[in-house]
Amino acid sequence: MKMLATPDLVPDTSGQVRRVGPPILKVEHLSREFGGVLAIGDLSFTIAAGDIHSIIGPNGAGKTTLFNLVTGVYKPSGGRVLFDGADVSGMAPYRLAARGMSRTFQNLQIFFNMTALENVMVGRHLHLDTRLLPALFRFPSLVRKDREARDRAVRLMTEVGLEKYIDADAASMPYGALKRLEIARALASEPKLLLLDEPAAGLNATESREIDEVIKTVAATGVTIVLVEHDMKMVMGISHRITALNQGRMLAEGTPQEVAANADVIAAYLGAAP
Amino acid sequence: MNALLHGRLTGLLALAAVIAVLPAFLPNNFYLDIAILAGFNAVVCVGLNLLIGYAGQISLGHAGFFGIGAYASGVLVGVYGWPPALALLAGAVFVGLLAFLVAKPILRLKGHYLAMATLGIGIIVSIVLRTESGLTGGPDGMMVEPFKIFGVELYGEKVWYWVVGVLLVGVVWLSLNLIDSPMGRALRAVHGSEVASEVVGVDTARFKVLVFVLSAVFASVAGSLFAHYAGLITPAKADFFKSIELVTMVVFGGMASTFGAVVGAVVLTLLPQALTVFQDYQQIVLGGILMATMVFMPKGLLPTLAALLPARRRA
Repeated sequence: MKMLATPDLVPDTSGQVRRVGPPILKVEHLSREFGGVLAIGDLSFTIAAGDIHSIIGPNGAGKTTLFNLVTGVYKPSGGRVLFDGADVSGMAPYRLAARGMSRTFQNLQIFFNMTALENVMVGRHLHLDTRLLPALFRFPSLVRKDREARDRAVRLMTEVGLEKYIDADAASMPYGALKRLEIARALASEPKLLLLDEPAAGLNATESREIDEVIKTVAATGVTIVLVEHDMKMVMGISHRITALNQGRMLAEGTPQEVAANADVIAAYLGAAP
Repeated sequence: MNALLHGRLTGLLALAAVIAVLPAFLPNNFYLDIAILAGFNAVVCVGLNLLIGYAGQISLGHAGFFGIGAYASGVLVGVYGWPPALALLAGAVFVGLLAFLVAKPILRLKGHYLAMATLGIGIIVSIVLRTESGLTGGPDGMMVEPFKIFGVELYGEKVWYWVVGVLLVGVVWLSLNLIDSPMGRALRAVHGSEVASEVVGVDTARFKVLVFVLSAVFASVAGSLFAHYAGLITPAKADFFKSIELVTMVVFGGMASTFGAVVGAVVLTLLPQALTVFQDYQQIVLGGILMATMVFMPKGLLPTLAALLPARRRA
């Protein structure tokens, strides 16, 4: 894995103006209720292309619900989601994937019935021939593209540090490696926007730092990253912008420094001062 | 990649070799007949395994599709004088459409709705076959004319053994190809995690419908040919117990293993012949095998044996 060095993508800690990309994701007055309980309420924000944009908030703030709304796993009760300028509210996840959006999961969603490499190759689905007849009769064009997909999956696994698990059964891999496997699988689909739901959860400090590097490397290739993470050191270190939620509503938004200094954010995390 | 390709071809060659030499060890037509029945069951099970073992969906009505294929051939050839090949094709197309119409709305839902719907289909097919006695001969069944194509009549165990043998090798080849393709991986991914499949672009509903239709068509083709081979078909071939028998074969032989499905079909076709004393208790024995498999070797016979082998070699 190599360190990134693209200057305009490194988070700016000196307070200087950074080049900001056009909006790639816009959330407008989004809300979602579950049986009368408002999980997300009237939430609006914008994510700029090329950013690492973190969503933070205490447990139950609605971060994962927000991810599920944006990626089409849940349908919004109100408001809309704009991806690349198009209204994609409530669109099925597989359609969003075709438009260039992919994600990982807080609770691992691995294909445990397959090898690690096959998991990543499923990520190439959109770029391969998935019709029935060519598959049944093994058309040469399908076999050739499949071989390319396999090589590409091997490269991706190497990039995220999984080279020793290439032929492993997913079910036999340790937790930390599975976290990376999800990232490799999502990357295989070549997303423009990648949503990572707690990629460092359950990892030790070393593993956390390695994931950190993986995320920065991916961002350096031009992929916009939306990150939900509880590891504040990671969030403060790699984010360009941060949106803080509390009880489904916007609490604060800004650079890491601005959000860290925000009184409401501190109150939400530590309890309000009397 | 090479190892995988190698493994696939060796398995297929081994199967072809077994089919090729088997008749030399079968003393008479009685044994040949059992081998043919095992072959027909294996064809259906290989298709059913794509649905159950790989895509993780359950069908409790595959005997119904087998039955429709069988009766389509029986009725269209016998009553309406169609050429057998055309009748087989018509049966397959009809079954494909029926499976599509059933699966389309149901497979959008998550859970075991498909099991319930196919259970219903199987029962309806069985009832129609029993009651429409004008066409189907009712519970007593109907005679079916021999299969004729290009003036050649397929007749007798010796001929049908090779027909079924070639069909089985072909179906196994198609199945192995499918599994090792983007669509095959998508099917297995649906089994592994639907939501994770969706976020990398897999239209899960589409693939579930597709594999269901495919496995139904396999059953229908097997049913059509079986009807011509047996010369007599009865609604029992399409009923609920037959469906459960097929599921048991797949589960017993090994889910998500094409050769496992073949082994399961062969073993459970032979078993009732070997244990004729249990004939009256066949359903109970079958249920017992299903339960014992789930408890003691949930992966099924062949994958369990395969997992034992390298361990022994290492020891």
